[in-house]
Amino acid sequence: MKPASFEYFAPTHMAEALDLLARYGDEAKILAGGQSLMPLMNMRLARPRVIIDINRLSDLAYISPGLNGMFTIGALTRQRAVERASLIRQHYPLLAAAMPFIGHFQIRNRGTMGGSIVHADPAAELPAVCLALDAEFVLQSAAQQRVLPAADFFRTYLTTAIAPTELLTEIRLPPWPPQARWGFQEICRREGDFALVGAAAVVQMDDPGVCQAARLAMFGVGGTPVRLRGAEALISGQLVDERLLKEVAHVVSEELEPDSDIHASAEYRKEVGGVVARRTLAAAFGVAKRNGGAR
Amino acid sequence: MMKRTIRLTVNGRAYERTVEVRLTLADFLRDELDLTGTHLGCEHGICGACTVLLNGEAVRSCLLLAVQADGAHLMTVEGLGQGEGLHPLQRAFHEHHALQCGFCTPGFLMTAYTFLQETPHPTEDQVREAISGNICRCTGYIPIMQAILQASRSMAAESSLPAG
Repeated sequence: MKPASFEYFAPTHMAEALDLLARYGDEAKILAGGQSLMPLMNMRLARPRVIIDINRLSDLAYISPGLNGMFTIGALTRQRAVERASLIRQHYPLLAAAMPFIGHFQIRNRGTMGGSIVHADPAAELPAVCLALDAEFVLQSAAQQRVLPAADFFRTYLTTAIAPTELLTEIRLPPWPPQARWGFQEICRREGDFALVGAAAVVQMDDPGVCQAARLAMFGVGGTPVRLRGAEALISGQLVDERLLKEVAHVVSEELEPDSDIHASAEYRKEVGGVVARRTLAAAFGVAKRNGGAR
Repeated sequence: MMKRTIRLTVNGRAYERTVEVRLTLADFLRDELDLTGTHLGCEHGICGACTVLLNGEAVRSCLLLAVQADGAHLMTVEGLGQGEGLHPLQRAFHEHHALQCGFCTPGFLMTAYTFLQETPHPTEDQVREAISGNICRCTGYIPIMQAILQASRSMAAESSLPAG
């Protein structure tokens, strides 16, 4: 349970980090919070030849309001800092609500916003929340910068669109839609575990409770976090009530294509996925329901 | 084998050592500094036994490299009491039988220490959540929770006493 040998760099400037990435490419691993990479290295499931420790790039830790109501979060911002930020609670209540579900506070003290996104564990909260928020990711290499929407970023298990020479530097959050409401739910065996199934939703509704727009993202239900387009279409323009949400649960169960693993079977995930989607939307739309609620 | 020289402070004492870059902080504390109060359980961030404070924040020392602590201020369970005197948390653990084999205790103490600094008057639910990242396999969590609540009360009482 000790890491294999590696070459270690701790750059203090971004340019230096990008040069190292350009030089070593896929032989190198970026070490950010280390809360996923270090367990893999301790168990020797990962044996990178080169570690590029970006923890000295303090310029990459920030939460700042940008133009036109958008926000940017530096990739090295600790999860605990996001959790504690009053700006986030105020402007992105969904993100604030999801943070305490990530591991435990000791993990969030080290774990970073960017690290969780690039690691892309399909059962992790942040990738799905980024999908629900329509976030964009800034990918920087020595040669160029590109910006990818979250929807194009996650490819399959632990695999993203990031190139071996690129560093995720920033998460861009579009403005929270006016009057938007949210829901977040996850099922796990113990507090702090990865979710067996979870969902995050951002919705807009008019006065009588008719859905004007909804984004529903789920995690723990396959190789990547997914948007539930079928369910979104079903409620769009409709009065969201208990009856409709029951139908949503059914549609989501049909729409999901989860895998079985040691934690839960595919059948379980389909069934519970529908329930979790229903509860998440019920909380978002304020539809009173047994077993509902905002948590 | 790649080595680096690091300087850091542990429990107020300055150290300089040359270490292999792959050495974890937990192994560094135990094997290089002989501070064996920090225990290693799972070595992949699940059990919490190796929790120490890095610049005042609770972290898993098995998931950090020693070289990452270069320039940092650390606190381990050895820094909790003062000389022979027990910290109120340690006293409360003793009084409430909050440890049996004691393996997980250092991690619980360091977790509880930072938790009480941030939340000096916690509710039972807050304590339960705070210790949810630490695993105990023999004592049970109820006495640990009671000890932390007791410590919060005695620390509040002590800090309200007039100085002298």
